[in-house]
Amino acid sequence: MNDKRLRIGFIPLCDATALIVAVDKGFTAAEGLDVELVREVSWSNVRDKLNIGLFDAAHLIAPVAIASSLGLGHVKVPIVAPFGLGVNGNAITVSPELYAAIAAAADGDIVDPMISARALARVVASRKARGQEPLTFGMTFPFSTHNYHLRFWMAAGGVDPDEDVRMIVLPPPYMVESLANKHVDAFCVGAPWNSVAVDLGIGYILHLVSEILSRAAEKVLAVRASWSQEHPDMLRRLIRAHGRAAAFVEDAANRDEVAAMLAAPNRIGASAEVIRRALDGRLKVTPDGTVRASDRYLLIGHKGAARPDPAQAAWLYAQMVRWGQAPYSDEMLAAAKAVWRPDLYDAALPGENVTVPGEPADGIGAFTGPAFDADDIKGHLAAWKIRR
Amino acid sequence: MDPSFKIVIVDKNPVRAAILEDGLRDAGHVEVVHIAEMSHLLARIYAIDPDVILIDLENPSRDVLEQMFQVSRAVKRPVAMFVDQSDGASIEAAVDAGVSAYIVGGLRKERIKNILDLCISRFNAFSRLQNELDRTRSALEERKAIDRAKGILMKAKSLTEEQAYALLRKTAMNENKKIAEVAQAVITAAELFK
Repeated sequence: MNDKRLRIGFIPLCDATALIVAVDKGFTAAEGLDVELVREVSWSNVRDKLNIGLFDAAHLIAPVAIASSLGLGHVKVPIVAPFGLGVNGNAITVSPELYAAIAAAADGDIVDPMISARALARVVASRKARGQEPLTFGMTFPFSTHNYHLRFWMAAGGVDPDEDVRMIVLPPPYMVESLANKHVDAFCVGAPWNSVAVDLGIGYILHLVSEILSRAAEKVLAVRASWSQEHPDMLRRLIRAHGRAAAFVEDAANRDEVAAMLAAPNRIGASAEVIRRALDGRLKVTPDGTVRASDRYLLIGHKGAARPDPAQAAWLYAQMVRWGQAPYSDEMLAAAKAVWRPDLYDAALPGENVTVPGEPADGIGAFTGPAFDADDIKGHLAAWKIRR
Repeated sequence: MDPSFKIVIVDKNPVRAAILEDGLRDAGHVEVVHIAEMSHLLARIYAIDPDVILIDLENPSRDVLEQMFQVSRAVKRPVAMFVDQSDGASIEAAVDAGVSAYIVGGLRKERIKNILDLCISRFNAFSRLQNELDRTRSALEERKAIDRAKGILMKAKSLTEEQAYALLRKTAMNENKKIAEVAQAVITAAELFK
């Protein structure tokens, strides 16, 4: 139907599931689209190749879509996100030593992120008092959910992420190795890497990030704004194929097939069993086999996760402002929100726009602090003591 | 070109790095350091304190370099990616060749243009070499397969070498396949009949 072949870039992570299934299960072909999936090794590559047109679309980490559109840290290329590939799905994994230290310093159950964050503050203070090196936390990219999730959590307990600890960028495939050789004490990353560390016995999953923020946009299907205007029909088909794929993934009867599809070496290239744990939201959190289950761990399609919510874009922009990556302006806030395009989603998938009961009223559901106000970032940020 | 630039090449591929290093030295850059080990990458780079950082795009550690754009305690000098909005073609050429350049400190963009152009041409030269090597390798393997298939046919059907080759060629033409593919099929079949 369309003779143009679409090149779509992705990073091998479980939140690329809807994209991979859309292509490999034939949902894009059924829409008359000829798609070539290109596996990439870094977010910088995905961003640059999308920006200069080597990719027509990409599996993109949500804050990068905003940073690109606002011209933060790089060339300004307006991006639109018409489909959410994943909400939540990150976890914070710590070394056995740090896990023991946090547990020992805690005044309650460390499953509670406020207890664990305060315990972390005590560990940090006692290390400082003894003249030890600050703790090092790995995250995936300066403009990453992982960076913001770690900061949000530790700052709630009184730890200043820029002053009290080191935050370093590590590519996801290097996370586990870096924890093992003590280059980092903890990291925040998406599936399957947390489970890989636990299975190797070198890490404990301290928190699923869904315990910290009950709804956090993670990856989006991103296209250049100019491309979306030039190819409205192709984009509609692409969104529809993704909608079908997300529904397919959500049907538990298809999970084995999906996990096997994702496990392929040219896709995610991890064991199907580990991938299945992420899709099912049943994670082994300690090397001795304790399981934590959550129906919010990685949302692909269900609970309205696929429909882009501009409140999420506003929350991510607010984090950029909070941590000094971006200045605040009403124009930038409006531009950030405009990256998320529920209108394009609704046009392609009519009838899918249903209110899901039980979801947080502010769209975020943070474990602490005032409700998020997408229209008053400045007022909202004033509530946080630790900020830049 | 200003030979006083200190240049770091981040590349796990020693051959490609050597080709690039050679080119930079030929162009008068004496201070060229190759980093092949990715752990503690930022610390290694800060210890060298370069003016320009070149990294291949197959390297996941590119994202680590992005951290240097950020204002933070860990970062000593500001770094920018070589992006010249007026010159989209050179960015495309660089990404296409598989290389990316970062400028440390306040270095003017015009001054790095020559270095980037050199990178692009050396990276392209490397992939041409790589392709040629791959082609030679596969040609050699095809030749071996054809020889083995000829041997199998000669033995099984009491043919001369010329007859065996003619049979392979005729079959390939009839089936619209490459001779090497037919040869491989003969080898596979012979394995099954063993």
